[in-house]
Amino acid sequence: MPLEKKIRELQEKRDKVLLGGGEQAIEKQKALGKRTARERIMALLDHNTFSEYDLFVEHDARDFDMDKKSLPSDGVVIGTGTIYGAPIAVYAQDFTVAGGSLGLMHSRKITKIMDHALKMKIPLIGINDSGGARIQEGVNSLAGYGEIFFRNTISSGVIPQISVILGPCAGGAVYSPALTDFVFVVDNISKMFITGPEVIKTVLGEEISMEDLGGARVHSEITGNAHFFAATEEECFEQIKRLITFIPWNNSRKARSFEPGEPDPQYNIDKIVPDNPTLPYDVRDVIRAIIDRSDFFEIMEHYAKNMVIGFGRMGGRTTGFVANQPLEMAGVLDVDSSDKAARFIRYCDSFNIPIISLVDLPGYLPGVDQEHAGVIRHGAKVLYAYSEATVPKLTVILRKAYGGGYIAMGSRHLRADFVFAWPTAEIAVMGPEGAANIIFRKEIMSSDDPDGMRKQKVEEYKAKFANPYVAASRGYIDAVIVPGETRRLLLHGIEISENKDVVMPNKKHGLPPF
Amino acid sequence: MKEHKELGVLNIDTTLYKTRISKRFASRKPYKPADPKIIRSFIPGTILDIMVKVGQDVSKGEKLMILDAMKMQNVLICSTDARIKSIAVKKGDKVSKGTLLLEME
Repeated sequence: MPLEKKIRELQEKRDKVLLGGGEQAIEKQKALGKRTARERIMALLDHNTFSEYDLFVEHDARDFDMDKKSLPSDGVVIGTGTIYGAPIAVYAQDFTVAGGSLGLMHSRKITKIMDHALKMKIPLIGINDSGGARIQEGVNSLAGYGEIFFRNTISSGVIPQISVILGPCAGGAVYSPALTDFVFVVDNISKMFITGPEVIKTVLGEEISMEDLGGARVHSEITGNAHFFAATEEECFEQIKRLITFIPWNNSRKARSFEPGEPDPQYNIDKIVPDNPTLPYDVRDVIRAIIDRSDFFEIMEHYAKNMVIGFGRMGGRTTGFVANQPLEMAGVLDVDSSDKAARFIRYCDSFNIPIISLVDLPGYLPGVDQEHAGVIRHGAKVLYAYSEATVPKLTVILRKAYGGGYIAMGSRHLRADFVFAWPTAEIAVMGPEGAANIIFRKEIMSSDDPDGMRKQKVEEYKAKFANPYVAASRGYIDAVIVPGETRRLLLHGIEISENKDVVMPNKKHGLPPF
Repeated sequence: MKEHKELGVLNIDTTLYKTRISKRFASRKPYKPADPKIIRSFIPGTILDIMVKVGQDVSKGEKLMILDAMKMQNVLICSTDARIKSIAVKKGDKVSKGTLLLEME
């Protein structure tokens, strides 16, 4: 056969497979506001950089007449490319082929690209759109999932792993995203659950829609399983690309540096925080007043809003921010906010990203539900994560830092490298009202005017302890600073921490309070 | 200073903070201690059998009902000596979690 003919034959074979599940199935996919697997990859990667592998892989199932069926590329597309020049390994499940169901060869394609990503030390992006296990393939399908979960786990903290949920992701399949660093969801498209509405209805008699059970909003606002929420696939891809600019290729590198820029002057750091510690403000404005170009990339924006986490740049370098949000639930620490902060601190530590903590919290949220939900164990995660992190840790106490909250939020005692406090800082064992009620109980009770006496004692306590100078006198904070000096001091602190080197005791791994 | 909307008040250690209150916090249920004389379903399922009658004296350890759930026949066992005051379900009923099944006195 002449070469031209062989090339034509290859082209024909390719064209056939590239059609995935065929035109009808593609139309169905589009009607749901979804793109096809290959279109998604193209939208995500830099133009003309996608190289696809395993195009001609077919399933190997024999039972249930599967041997008579052809499943192009076995329902998953794998390959490599770049995002803003950064190398990326990617896979995308193709819902048009057997509902993107996961069989043995499908899983082997995924694990092939995962192995590749780990070996080359490049980020992995997985686009999930699958009905779940391919029932006809039985235990081989389960084996496939297990192989994926294992690789997710051993790659964790070595290469960035990103999961994008662009369709159903149900049953065992949900555990791959759950093991990765960041999960992206899209409104009305993403659906994640262990057992679906039908099973719940049959077994338990409870009726619920897929959206209400495990839609994008549920995972962004209630469960905390998703880190980024988008209205459309386009917006989702923009978020992923933006994230890639903030993170390194792997754990032995640092994130790419950008040209530094001054914060937007509309965020006036002297005017954001009210002096009265019981009044709210948006701590994100303080972050924007500190970081390059006021360009803040928030993570888990809709979950546990009393804690703000995200990336910004300081002098061009990616920096992780952990900040109490007085605007929401007074910025208290609770089960969800502790979990949110602790995981992010560990992310930053894994990938060489310095951490800046902005502190303004009244303490832990009281309540039976919190205690019974295990706030002790979850709160301990924050202590663990800060203590364990060896990246540069800088802390600014803006206002309140009471009790256990003071210790937990990146204090000197957990080995923060630099701790600054504004003159508005109140570093104390608890709020003045609570403290005065305990310390001066006798005086207040025996007074002819208990309310007047209480007020007087509260004022006394405030004057003596509700300030940063007691902590400063012990060296627990390094400097009391004017708000306007914050950016300069943090930039300097990060710069001189560049070669920070901490040796921790040798161990296999610790036991964080999971 | 920006004006913020939808602010409520949160009491932490007797200090009152102006802040937004989360839906979850606002809708939390007040704690009620468990009453051993009121039996509710601990899991959604189907009542497979009822071994007791209204007015019957029962003693600690006695079987009250069988609740079929998750392919398991769960035996509900009496945790105290009492008399059956009322039975709120019948054989074959499907119950959701927390449904009142039986009251004792």
